[in-house]
Amino acid sequence: MVEVTLWGSLGAIAGGKSKVEIEAKDIRELFRKLAEQYPGLEPYIDRGIAVAIDGTIYRDTWSKELPEGAEIFLLPRLAGG
Amino acid sequence: MAGVAVSTTINGDNVEFLCQPDETLLDVLRDRLGLTGAKEGCGTGDCGACSIILDDRLVCSCLVLGAEAEGRHLETIEGMAHGDRLHPLQQKFLEHAALQCGVCTPGFLMAAKDLLAKNPDPTEEEIRFGLAGNLCRCTGYDKIVRAVQDAASVMKQA
Amino acid sequence: MNFDPRYSGRNFTSVGTRPIRPDGVDKVTGRARYGADFNMAGQLVGRVLRSPHAHATIRKIDTSKAEKLAGVKAVITAADLPDLTDGDAAMYDILDNCMARKKALYDGHAVAAVAAVDARTAKQALKLIEVDYEVLPHVTDVDEAMKHSAPLINDAIFTEGLEEKPVKPSNVTKRTQYGHGDIHEGFGQADFVVERSFKTEQTHQGYIEPHACVANVSSDGTADLWVCTQGHFVYRQHCAQLLGMEASKLRVTSSEIGGGFGGKTHVWAEPVALALSRKAGRPVKLVMTRDEVFRASGPTSATSIDVRIGARKDGTITAAEATLRYSCGPYAGMWAEIGAMTAFACYKLENVKTVGYEVLVNRPKTAAYRAPSAPMAAFAVESAVDELAKEIGMDPVEFRIRNAAQEGTRSSYGPVYGPIGIGPTLEAAKNHPHMKAPLGKNQGRGMACGFWFNFGGQTCTDLNIGMDGSVSLAVGTVDVGGSRASLSLVAAEELGIPYEQIKTVVADTSSLGYNDMTDGSRGTFSSSMATISAARNAIKILRERAAQMWDIPVDDVVWEEGHAIAKGATHGNLSPLSLKEIAAASGKTGGPIAGHSELVADGAGVSFATHICDIEVDPETGSTRVLRYTVVQDAGKAVHPTYVEGQYQGGAAQGIGWALNEEYIYGKDGRLQNPGFLDYRIPVCSDLPMIDTQILEIPNPNHPYGVRGVGETSIVPPLAAIANAVSNAAGVRMTHIPMSPPRILAAIEAERGG
Repeated sequence: MVEVTLWGSLGAIAGGKSKVEIEAKDIRELFRKLAEQYPGLEPYIDRGIAVAIDGTIYRDTWSKELPEGAEIFLLPRLAGG
Repeated sequence: MAGVAVSTTINGDNVEFLCQPDETLLDVLRDRLGLTGAKEGCGTGDCGACSIILDDRLVCSCLVLGAEAEGRHLETIEGMAHGDRLHPLQQKFLEHAALQCGVCTPGFLMAAKDLLAKNPDPTEEEIRFGLAGNLCRCTGYDKIVRAVQDAASVMKQA
Repeated sequence: MNFDPRYSGRNFTSVGTRPIRPDGVDKVTGRARYGADFNMAGQLVGRVLRSPHAHATIRKIDTSKAEKLAGVKAVITAADLPDLTDGDAAMYDILDNCMARKKALYDGHAVAAVAAVDARTAKQALKLIEVDYEVLPHVTDVDEAMKHSAPLINDAIFTEGLEEKPVKPSNVTKRTQYGHGDIHEGFGQADFVVERSFKTEQTHQGYIEPHACVANVSSDGTADLWVCTQGHFVYRQHCAQLLGMEASKLRVTSSEIGGGFGGKTHVWAEPVALALSRKAGRPVKLVMTRDEVFRASGPTSATSIDVRIGARKDGTITAAEATLRYSCGPYAGMWAEIGAMTAFACYKLENVKTVGYEVLVNRPKTAAYRAPSAPMAAFAVESAVDELAKEIGMDPVEFRIRNAAQEGTRSSYGPVYGPIGIGPTLEAAKNHPHMKAPLGKNQGRGMACGFWFNFGGQTCTDLNIGMDGSVSLAVGTVDVGGSRASLSLVAAEELGIPYEQIKTVVADTSSLGYNDMTDGSRGTFSSSMATISAARNAIKILRERAAQMWDIPVDDVVWEEGHAIAKGATHGNLSPLSLKEIAAASGKTGGPIAGHSELVADGAGVSFATHICDIEVDPETGSTRVLRYTVVQDAGKAVHPTYVEGQYQGGAAQGIGWALNEEYIYGKDGRLQNPGFLDYRIPVCSDLPMIDTQILEIPNPNHPYGVRGVGETSIVPPLAAIANAVSNAAGVRMTHIPMSPPRILAAIEAERGG
């Protein structure tokens, strides 16, 4: 079980929650279960969500494991120059 | 429109071409003669990427008509090295990493060559004002100025 | 992926040296081929007709006269680029931006295009296209566009992110919010509060090479595109989707690129060139003029930002708040959101709140520009931080050091930081001789910090070892500033061979797997990771081949300094085999030797910088002069330090231009008044001093060599650093970028009058 913090606008879609508990071992499972439990999040996941694990931002490594007790933070996927 | 026949010298070679009366020298060099070293960054003489030397004078070739090259001597970036031996400015630009994207580099090299021909021992300020007609968006000019300073000292010793 | 990307300390042989770049000679001799330097037999000249109106309904376009002109081979409008985006709103916006469909949304918006036998005919043909416009009211200013009375740019836009869905459409596409703690409580604890509003004007990336491409669509459904781009794989995806092609049938070759800075991460003219070529059945070359580059490509957001920061007497910030409004052009974006995320990222804050508003205006579609959105937010925040330090009576560097984020700090955008470099850059700035140098009359010193995320992303490389032992490395990230040199160094390091033995090229989209763009400072970070991985895969094969040659178990073979070495008592008499020797025998030991790598380079590691500058202000004219400039930035590990310095210097110079001169100026008619380098003035050589750099190396734990991206962060601090210096020199707080002479003079006179 990991605790996942959602950024402001995303929390509103997940029923006003800023934190959700999810049973997930990696980013792929996290996204799958988020979409199941909060269908409103699916378009955001499709558009791209980055996952910060203990401060390091992962954009595409869906196989990245979510260590027990790690700080998991969802962020929008950004553009760069 | 009928073409204008032009006889000129480019990098020491006799060259003849036909061009339209309103065609720029830059377009002639690039599109008719295949000399694409000079670049078009603006077409209005503001960026210096198309700089060439026309009878010992540095010009933006986008502001010169092809027909004006008649009987003149042109020097372009393609003629700067001697065979496989680079000009000291070219060598110093490489050593100092005075280029990032490199699109302004041919223009800077022509401008720097013209500057050193007229002032072989320029101060930093003279280099900065001498190259102020050429835009570079990548380097912040620092390494370009240093490369020109270094080349000037090498060329003095030669 | 069994590749371990974690950092492991090592002594470098090649990495950290400064060799000449592999593409250098071509670039100093004029032989390097950029976007406009390529031609095909039978090629036509493409030209685009653009709207002269800021906002207008397109009632009808009559192309019949143009089509009849001798030499015209194709004329296209939006009808030739049907909507195949299948509900993908972002792709639809790209399509509409490439060619206006129902409305022209800004001065310069493409409405039609022609392909003709020469430029003269193409230009003539544009004049024969008749467009029936119904001119609509327009809005170009970000604050004006937010008003209820403002002309609506898109009546289907209802602000997202509000607690209740609005009943009326507006120009605000989205509201976003970041932060933590309770700012009301925080401001309650403050002894000093600074509150100010700031504005920044729109700027352009200003790459010297205009957008250029040659498109060749064949009747069998295949196509080739030669183009200057930061991401040819992404261009392929976008063009294929917009034209209804299969991606693999469109081969995109990236030319040498004459600057991008984010502006060449978006397709503009390429789908148009492909559509023209498809219709004409001939290759089409399309090169934008500088006027088109300014009017229809590029720019960053114009912004309006309110900042409030409170601190105790001891210099601890207790609360920070910002409201950021960013212009997006006529299409939805997330530019204010990035501003809201980055605004306070340098600081350790108990209570912080930022709110961003994305605002539609009748200006070109906002594009990424080097650390997009961060410089404007940093300008507002770092100006207020400086002012607050002054009110408290603290040195601005000490004040920042006291409040700087560190490992374990919760960032203003959410996550807790790992090891970061803001503290060390501030300490280095504090101890830099620049800080102690004397200042003269009318001179002021300013400093500021900056933050950027940095990205990784999808990356692959092919490393092939020739029979003579030379190595060719094919990468898929476009080289915008010397990365082929850096990647050659990395391959040399890993294989243990000289740099000169390696040739790195950028492969086209048919020769290598998909790669994300060179954006987000990811080029060297990501491709070096993939290169290390590919080299390690090649070494595995080299060891196997050596084992075959010796007829011993592969586990007894190790790779050291470019040689296979047999380990173990029984192999004592075997002399090491060099890479060259193994390569020479490869034909008889199993064929060619190569290493491939396909990976997602994640964990790029956030980046921080601190800049110091001295400015002299002429109080009579308001003109300024940059006297001295110093950049301190963390590179993780500088692979080719000279090109790292170049990134620092280039970013600073762009920031200086933005701070002092550059701006889009729109007339009352909504037309851009300065679409050229004469009136949109980027810094020239005589405007700048030498730009001093200090590279810090705090290893990134998520890269084998500790590399972090370095390309973008350097443009974040300059706006604020210069504003602080000008404010100190002129004795008046500057709140509007660019600080052009008239603005500075007006501020000085207002201060005198007041």
